[in-house]
Amino acid sequence: MATKWRCSHRSAVARLTLESPADVRLLDKGLSAGEALAAFNAMHDQAGGIASFLGKVRPGEDVKALELTHYEPLTLPGMEKLAGQALDRFALDGVLVWHRVGTMQPGEGIVLVAAAARHRRAAFDAVDYLMDHLKSAAWFWKRERRGDGANGAWHWIEPRGDDHAALARWQ
Amino acid sequence: MAVRIVFLGPLREAAGTDSLEVSAPLDWDGLLAVAGSVVAEQLRSARVHVACAGEVLADKTALRAEDGDEVALLPPVSGG
Repeated sequence: MATKWRCSHRSAVARLTLESPADVRLLDKGLSAGEALAAFNAMHDQAGGIASFLGKVRPGEDVKALELTHYEPLTLPGMEKLAGQALDRFALDGVLVWHRVGTMQPGEGIVLVAAAARHRRAAFDAVDYLMDHLKSAAWFWKRERRGDGANGAWHWIEPRGDDHAALARWQ
Repeated sequence: MAVRIVFLGPLREAAGTDSLEVSAPLDWDGLLAVAGSVVAEQLRSARVHVACAGEVLADKTALRAEDGDEVALLPPVSGG
């Protein structure tokens, strides 16, 4: 019996499999950058380099929590289209675009983007391009909880002017 | 069957509900009439987009939602 238990446990932690060439996901809990990048690295064994960016909930400004909502019929298709554009625009082996939704605490990962390429410039540029587009053109709405207990309140986050300026760099 | 109107982000608070079922068909004037005055005012702003059946409308005033369609009211995104 003990042996059977060990076997079933082992299969439950089967290695993460990614989609190629674009692995795009919405996650409603835990974003494990280490696990994702290890699998991404293993998949793109012909790449000369991998660049990645992990966006986190910024601590400070009295922020207790961040809530991200999305709209299922648009958000994931929009992210998939964006990943496709990055693959068309840069010389890449593959991209990974993972985004959290739901409620997160300061310090937690919100978004992980990675690009694998033969040469580093394409990988850096693709990650920059993906992040600029996710920040200003992806279907997400964000609000922060600031203050303690009964004094706490949710505040919606407005789009920032410099996010739109960042997007204009690619046009 | 009906048309389901989905309120997103800050519009959810403005509407006081996540969604609303109304009878089909639903056009732009019909949407403004059922959305409530606060949401209707924001809908008239160019910053708010409308999606019907999973497609963002280039011209939201041309809305024509049929039985079973979902109409999403999309305020400006805050970025990922």
